[in-house]
Amino acid sequence: MQLPTLPFHFSRAPKMKIMVAVKRVVDYAVKIRVKPDKTGVDMSNVKMSMNPFCEIALEEALRIRESGLASEVVAVSIGPHQCVDTLRTGLAMGADRAIHVETTSQLYPLSIAKLLQKLVELEKPGLLILGKQAIDDDCNQTGQMVAGLLKWPQGTFASKVVLDKEKQVAVVDREVDGGLETLCLDLPVVITTDLRLNQPRYATLPNIMKAKSKVIKKMTPEELNVEIKSDIEIVQVTEPPKRKAGVIVSSVDELVHKLKNEAHVI
Amino acid sequence: ASTLVLGEHESGSVKASSLSAIAAAKAISEENSISLLLAGTGPSLQEAASHAASSLPSNSQVLLADSEELKHPLAETWAELVHMVQQKGSYSHIIAASSSFGKNVLPRAAALLDVSPITDVTEISEPRLFIRPIYAGNALCTVRYTGANPTMLTIRPTSFPVPNISSSKNSDAAPISQVDLSTFSEAILRKSRYVKHTSQDTERPDLGSAKVVVTGGRGLKSADNFKLIEKLAEKLGAAVGATRAAVDAGFVPNELQVGQTGKIVAPDLYMAFGVSGAIQHLAGMKDSKVIVAVNKDADASIFQVADYGLVGDLFEVLPELIEKLPEKK
Repeated sequence: MQLPTLPFHFSRAPKMKIMVAVKRVVDYAVKIRVKPDKTGVDMSNVKMSMNPFCEIALEEALRIRESGLASEVVAVSIGPHQCVDTLRTGLAMGADRAIHVETTSQLYPLSIAKLLQKLVELEKPGLLILGKQAIDDDCNQTGQMVAGLLKWPQGTFASKVVLDKEKQVAVVDREVDGGLETLCLDLPVVITTDLRLNQPRYATLPNIMKAKSKVIKKMTPEELNVEIKSDIEIVQVTEPPKRKAGVIVSSVDELVHKLKNEAHVI
Repeated sequence: ASTLVLGEHESGSVKASSLSAIAAAKAISEENSISLLLAGTGPSLQEAASHAASSLPSNSQVLLADSEELKHPLAETWAELVHMVQQKGSYSHIIAASSSFGKNVLPRAAALLDVSPITDVTEISEPRLFIRPIYAGNALCTVRYTGANPTMLTIRPTSFPVPNISSSKNSDAAPISQVDLSTFSEAILRKSRYVKHTSQDTERPDLGSAKVVVTGGRGLKSADNFKLIEKLAEKLGAAVGATRAAVDAGFVPNELQVGQTGKIVAPDLYMAFGVSGAIQHLAGMKDSKVIVAVNKDADASIFQVADYGLVGDLFEVLPELIEKLPEKK
């Protein structure tokens, strides 16, 4: 049997690279404590993990690579030395290599977006995937901002991504108020992930071992020629008002009575 | 102060969340001159503009960007539009509601203007001083914007209630003017195309905006038992929620997850069955007005946030509740 000849642009096209930004945050199961001096959240001896939405972003990149539509997944993280741990997790999940932009400066999404823009210009991925937000500062900004700086189209809050390499587009289902919106975006594109996009895999022990020999390239904001801008000042961090203690009822009848006549909610 | 408010409209009216954004603009200063930017095309845009004009103070205006290119609210075109309008108007503030539209558009526009936006603001303390929740509401952060104008915000609509509009004020309705789009079409990218919008299954209210939410946790034990939750929700006209544990156990799909990594809800009534009260779940529901918890473990941490707790077997309590609660009105 003769193999069909692939069209020229398909067979010779360089395989696509995917870049995934990952953030190191306080683990989602940790009960955070506000520092008594109101300067922030107590970070001493707190378990840190990869931001859950970033895990989904990385998982999506890995699935696209596994489907043959991309050849390489590069994980990047920006922040202090410990970000290396998060990148190792990413490598253990299956990323091919990693880049760490090391800085101890206070970082806000605009600076992160500028650093990512420079990394994209260096690495030239066809797809940049990020979590829609980090569960620490809950900003939900970085993906949109880097897309704006790059002048790339954006598919934010994605719950489904279908790539068509032939047409060089990504069809993205987005979670919007009261439903789903479908967009067709020309590659290269920025995608931010919502919860329903996929269920991230766990790193297996052999892959954790393998990840130890993978490369993490170090860079600095100076090398990327990005000045860390500070146009935001955190004045204080406080505890939210506490809920008043409730009552324990003894029966369904009592509960129904209270909901009707005391709380007036049914 | 002068504020540009990015408005959304639907079937000839300005959306309630955009009216909240106008309320937030007024919270910056009483004399704030507000420009409400509406984009789209056709008669429903005109209708929305007249609707908006009557609900704005007289020192304000409605800006209409009428173009086929703006038919669908795409982030790429909207961000360029905001950039263009800001360069002409030099507003001190730009505000949008933190709806999926505002969250999508405003940060992109902010990047084009080289501004750090402040998202999901719940309180405006001073024109440049804001409070916003972080860690899914487990802490509140006071933030000051110290950069060059404009200050850019998205605001949480539930924190900026809309005052009742008096219809008699029509005589001094705000003026409506057209945005000059002659230089606009070269600026836009055309790399993003709207395909369609799929509405959610309308049988049950949307989890994010429902007045009543009934949630099941790991205590339900199986997908089959979870039907009891659905039955109660049906009776109350409520949305169904689930904990991460229930989702991980495969009882229900991921989209029902309430919690820090799921949906964050704040209904009038939240009923939790077989929910232990993990931190990340509490983060997603503790702003609910009235919380009811049913759990057989009297020490479950959900009882610490519940207004009404019932210690008991949910497999006895649920059928009894389904029988005794009144039908939704």
